[in-house]
Amino acid sequence: MKVVEKKKIWFGLSIAIIVVGLIMGMIQGFNLGIDFTGGTMMQIDLKKQVSVNEINEVIKKFDLDGDILHVGENKHEIIIKTKKDLNSGERQKVFEALQKKYNLKDEDFREAEQFGPSIGKEIQKKAFLSVAIAAIGMLIYITFRFEFKFGASAIITLLHDILVVLAVFAIFRIPINSSFVAAMLTIVGYSINDTIVVFDRIRENIRFMKKKNYDEIVDISVNQTLTRSINTSLTTLITITALYVFGVESIKVFALPLIAGTITGTYSSIFIASPIWALWKNWELRKGRYNAG
Amino acid sequence: MKFKNAIVLLLIIAIATVGAIAGIKGLEIGNVKISPVKEMMTLGLDLKGGVFVVFEAQTDASGKELDKIMNQTKEVIERRVNAMGLTEPNVLREGSKRIRIELPGVKNAQEAIDAVGKVAQLQFKNYKGEVILTGKHVKNAEVVFEKDRGNVPSVSLEFDSEGAELFQKATKEAASHPRGSIESIIAIVLDGKAISTPVVNHEIPNGKAVIQGNFTMDEASQLAALIRAGALPVTLTEVQTSVIGPTLGIDSLNKSIYAAGIGIAIVFLFMMIYYRLPGLVASIALVIYILIVLYVLIGFGAVLTLPGIAGLILSIGMAVDANVIIFERIKEEIRNGKTLRASLNSGFSKALTTILDSNITTIIAGIVLYQFGSGPIKGFAVTLIVGVVASMFTAVIVTKTLLKLFVGLNIFNNTKLYGA
Repeated sequence: MKVVEKKKIWFGLSIAIIVVGLIMGMIQGFNLGIDFTGGTMMQIDLKKQVSVNEINEVIKKFDLDGDILHVGENKHEIIIKTKKDLNSGERQKVFEALQKKYNLKDEDFREAEQFGPSIGKEIQKKAFLSVAIAAIGMLIYITFRFEFKFGASAIITLLHDILVVLAVFAIFRIPINSSFVAAMLTIVGYSINDTIVVFDRIRENIRFMKKKNYDEIVDISVNQTLTRSINTSLTTLITITALYVFGVESIKVFALPLIAGTITGTYSSIFIASPIWALWKNWELRKGRYNAG
Repeated sequence: MKFKNAIVLLLIIAIATVGAIAGIKGLEIGNVKISPVKEMMTLGLDLKGGVFVVFEAQTDASGKELDKIMNQTKEVIERRVNAMGLTEPNVLREGSKRIRIELPGVKNAQEAIDAVGKVAQLQFKNYKGEVILTGKHVKNAEVVFEKDRGNVPSVSLEFDSEGAELFQKATKEAASHPRGSIESIIAIVLDGKAISTPVVNHEIPNGKAVIQGNFTMDEASQLAALIRAGALPVTLTEVQTSVIGPTLGIDSLNKSIYAAGIGIAIVFLFMMIYYRLPGLVASIALVIYILIVLYVLIGFGAVLTLPGIAGLILSIGMAVDANVIIFERIKEEIRNGKTLRASLNSGFSKALTTILDSNITTIIAGIVLYQFGSGPIKGFAVTLIVGVVASMFTAVIVTKTLLKLFVGLNIFNNTKLYGA
């Protein structure tokens, strides 16, 4: 497989996804979960499938302006999400309205969550800060073990992964919540791991390199590690997909960004990271020749 | 040599098998009893059900003053929570102005939140509505029966020295006004509601006051308890709550375990089909990996939450990585024409630097996340670090030992068995 030769395709594809995602994100806004915007989530077991319209009718008087989702086996459960900040008394009233109508027991109120808007901002800030610091730490380590250009390429790849996953979430309007942040952080770990394996091979192969053909080195190295990249992402995807398929609602929201991230991480470690490095090396080479001449 | 290899090999496989059974079902040999992992692990609220609330203090105080207020508030809340008699409740300060309260097993969120977060803000106000002193100056509160009022229950209060001084000054002021006039009243306000508006007849120097109202015995003792348990020094607002029904918690745990089981089974199958004998070895190593991670987490007293489970299950998929790197290297070496033993050795040593470099970068990320993250992110980082270290150990030590033992048996020497 010739990876570097077609780098314009890979870079173009990634940039296209990121640009489309960010534009859509800017136009219609990211679908931020209630833990970022503030609001309330309630999960109630109705014991039978009830249409959204009917539920809206029952809770109309609370003026929640919320989303209603059907979840669980047989879609007997509903999740009501609203940007309104309901305290426990107000939540109880909403539940009681449904309880009366559908003759529910107290324990059918499965779950409730409420967030003030300030919480989400803090999570966001902290996550952003920790990723930035983690990136610096990894850059230092890679520079020490390899060279700065490898480190910088790895960090650019990381940024790429985060932007692509964000873009995918923006395009498909998938809610971004605090588990998303935790998932992003895992992706950071996964993707860097994946990238380093390829870099490691490049470092090893450079020793046998006759003339300075970085494109060829990257192609050889990527191909040598390709089976490993694919197999590892397969096993990772298998476990996380099992969680998505068989898990409960609150773990699904977590598994989804992980799936997106694993795919992106694998893609970028093959098609983005080392071509960036090769590009940089070649540019340096040309610059050197020009200076010499 | 062959015989010894076989014994050691069987021993390792037996240990892994027994470990797995003990982990799933528990084990009892003589006096030694091992509980299943599920029971030994501390489960987070999202898995066992319960209520957690995060309150934020409404105050402009900062620095030491804020710290003092928050610690006082935490103490008050702790006392209230302890009075509820739950197992393992948790009251934590979070950030600078927040307090997080976890109440496992609580079914009625409303009652629990009310009982804990009830902002019993006791204030004494003069006729202008100015606060003279607050509940933080109250040393003691108890129910008394005043004979001259026909033994109706009232609540007597005792102030600390600062409170006594403030109260003396205020009562002196109030008593100077004509008896019965509005200026002579000092209102006792609880949570913004006047519960008693006594007229002050004379200066009270001893730091004692009585709240008189038309209380029943129950109401009076409840009020006294509330004040005793400490009026909160600040107003708290509920910024985040989460109520997880007990059935959902168990559901989440069981479904996650089920999902993990299926995921792991498919990974085993994949590894064995693709890598043959090494795949089998990797599967055994993976069982040992899972056991190590679970018991280390138990040892750390880690709290297992839903995102934690997700991280754990993901890490199982990722833990195969080191094995895959090694096996691919061995295959390459075999293809290059080396003997099986030589391929094994050089495959391992070449894979080692890759495994170290890639995992150390991940560990760096994990340490940073632990340092700067909060809440679920911190827990996530712990799982990540433990997982990476355990996977390196099992891949490098366990896989290598097992593979060498298999090769030493001399009956598994066909390179086809190694997927090459």
